[in-house]
Amino acid sequence: MSYAAWIIMTASLVGITCSIIGVLLVLRRMAMISDAISHTVLLGLVSAYLVTNSLDGLAMFIGAAITGVLTAVFIQLLNSAGVQADASIGIVFTFLFAIGVILVSMFARDVHIDTEHAIMGELAFIPWTTVEWFGLPPIPQAVWVIGIVLVINIVILVLLYKEFKLSSFDPELAAALGLPVVFLHYVLMGMTSITAVAAFDAVGAILVVAMIIAPPATAYLLTERLWMMFVLSAVFGVISAVAGYYTAAWLDASISGMMATMTGILFMLAFLFSPTHGMIAKRINNRRIRLSHKLRRFAVILFWRIP
Amino acid sequence: MDEPFVGVDAATERAIISLLTSLKAQGKTVLVVHHDLQTVEDYFDWVMLLNIRKIAFGPTGDVFTKDNLQKTYGGRLSFLDQDQKGVSPLLDVLLQPNTQWVLLGTMLLGMTSGVLGSFALLRRQSLIGDAMSHAALPGICIAFIIVGSKEMIFLVLGAGITAYFGTFLIQTFVKHSRIKTDTAIGLVLSVFFGIGIVLLTIINRSAGGNQAGLNEFIFGQAAAMVRSDVYIFTGAAILLLATTFLLFKELKLITFDREFAEGLGLPATLINGILMTMITASVVIGLQAVGVVLMAAMLIAPAITARYWTNRLSVMIILSGILGGFSGIIGTLVSTQISGMPTGPLIIVSACLLFFLSLFIAPKKGLITKAIHLYRLKKQTSEAQVMQSLYELHEEEPRAFTSEEIQDARPITPIMFRRTINSLIRRQWITTKHDNSYQLTSSGQKNGYRITLNNRYLQLYSMYELQFAHLPMEKMNWNFLSLPKEDLQPFDELLKEHDMEPLSEKGGGHR
Repeated sequence: MSYAAWIIMTASLVGITCSIIGVLLVLRRMAMISDAISHTVLLGLVSAYLVTNSLDGLAMFIGAAITGVLTAVFIQLLNSAGVQADASIGIVFTFLFAIGVILVSMFARDVHIDTEHAIMGELAFIPWTTVEWFGLPPIPQAVWVIGIVLVINIVILVLLYKEFKLSSFDPELAAALGLPVVFLHYVLMGMTSITAVAAFDAVGAILVVAMIIAPPATAYLLTERLWMMFVLSAVFGVISAVAGYYTAAWLDASISGMMATMTGILFMLAFLFSPTHGMIAKRINNRRIRLSHKLRRFAVILFWRIP
Repeated sequence: MDEPFVGVDAATERAIISLLTSLKAQGKTVLVVHHDLQTVEDYFDWVMLLNIRKIAFGPTGDVFTKDNLQKTYGGRLSFLDQDQKGVSPLLDVLLQPNTQWVLLGTMLLGMTSGVLGSFALLRRQSLIGDAMSHAALPGICIAFIIVGSKEMIFLVLGAGITAYFGTFLIQTFVKHSRIKTDTAIGLVLSVFFGIGIVLLTIINRSAGGNQAGLNEFIFGQAAAMVRSDVYIFTGAAILLLATTFLLFKELKLITFDREFAEGLGLPATLINGILMTMITASVVIGLQAVGVVLMAAMLIAPAITARYWTNRLSVMIILSGILGGFSGIIGTLVSTQISGMPTGPLIIVSACLLFFLSLFIAPKKGLITKAIHLYRLKKQTSEAQVMQSLYELHEEEPRAFTSEEIQDARPITPIMFRRTINSLIRRQWITTKHDNSYQLTSSGQKNGYRITLNNRYLQLYSMYELQFAHLPMEKMNWNFLSLPKEDLQPFDELLKEHDMEPLSEKGGGHR
């Protein structure tokens, strides 16, 4: 495959992987947790490096994934200690991220962890780090990692689809029926962490957040069915990746930045033009209702005037 | 090769060096133009020092000396001794005018964000600050593209406009569609930041690769603050603090009860707009010190810390401003003491540490106080339980009872039981006969009677809640015995009716 094809492939995989957890997070009103986790991953990477003193992929992956789940645990702890929800998210992730930045600048200056890279990502380098696993031709490592995480996410989603569906739409009923609501919450947090870690190195924190939140939000404005929301948001993720890449190439600008921009443009289009939940459709509908009210009133008046 | 290490990161530099070393191993000679004096001794075997003419040439160990370097650089070079580089005395740093400006700047930023963060926190809009700071990035870039220079006032203006626009979009999404607040915040945050990154790469490309210095807004660079910046911050901070002071009553009303404020005829929309503008302004002027990513913490941490120490808005605002300013000072000072430490994250960490400290030790709301309170309550209840059990057993038969018999009546955990028994013995309410059995003393009987009576009153109170709703029992700490006689009259009748009267203070009779 060509250079561009690998980049688009990676970004599309990120889009699909993120959209799966994104749909659940958006429905559970936990979208900002993805923002928190994708930032604290940095601390996980640095700590893994400081502990193992190597840039071994697996150790870093595990370290970062653990930090991701810990972030969710800390947020939960603060929340149950009486700190309001938005503030506990805000304080936990900024604190952990700040520690990550400090550790990087103290101990890990010379290694290949730099904070800007972490935020913005560098998709352009992906096709150059290839590995030959399982006797297959050289495939970029990022594609492998994200592919594996995607498979894990899909398997978990298929196995727990009904449970996730119920606990997302009606958590009280789910708890009353004896579903392990807390367990589901942490499974989702674990999925979010591994997704954030896998996507993080390739595309940077900011595209992870954009891909987790924007495509599902777009799909949310277009459909009433859960499975359709998964499909649509995966499709929007891929569209953003492709359109973002070509626009970025045309403007010679940051690829992940452009992809994030594209997810926003798609959302704006849905927000304005969605046939069911769009602003314009709603306005037209309002006008129609008002008109029919007027006509009815007019008809009533006419009726009484007829002798 | 002409400067092969310029503009590459550390990993690539190592890759190039290892390639060159392998070339050397094959017997080839590599000639490199190099400017980084730190690495010369590690990388090269031979050195030629040039400045228009050849200054010196030979094996690195012989030629690469201070004298030769001084000659090459025409005496403009100053050497840092290794041991002088790391820690510098605090006082020296404080006396430098540049540090004083930076300190003043970070303190003011901390104060304004602390004060305005309190309002954001109480309105449950803390994370909007996060979205605002991210949404400011494209504004900074656009302002730079239009003006063409890093004039702080224009950058701040541009940042303010897009940050405000981002907030407006969040409110529009929530109001006009079924998108929830958290999703809207995350969406605006990531997309605006993405746009900012795109603009940043475009600027970097046209500005010839020196990044135009705008990247410092992402992670903040307080040290880059100069006197003119601090003038702007001071002006903005004074304006913001003065406005808060003058509009305090209005802001307070709109924060706690918007409908009531509207009912009073206050222009709620206008005041709301002013407050949002002020929060935006405090975010925007904080960006240079702590950066886009961490700015949210400056709004949240001081405010929530202050919340732990007071229930009054006015005190909270002042305290939060002080805490914010204090974090700013601490972060800046620590970063001047240890080389290479970034100021922004240090400010955030000190603000967060103050919060964690308060979370534990604050009086009334702190976790430790809460834990102590909970323990006392538990102890009190188990004492009352044991006393009531003993009293009731005693009523049937005035003798000593084993701990199993007491536990059978009202079970509590063994550890708690042991502690309770010990404290009751210390009070001489019970005596222990032989090893494992306990009997009420005469003062124990009196107290047991009171406790039992009070608990039965409580039972009746819960049974006939509507009848006794007028009694302020919660305020009286559920102490029924201190009620006036006439209020207790109906209780006593009900006790008789249900046959629940405790027999007498002396107890001991058979039922």
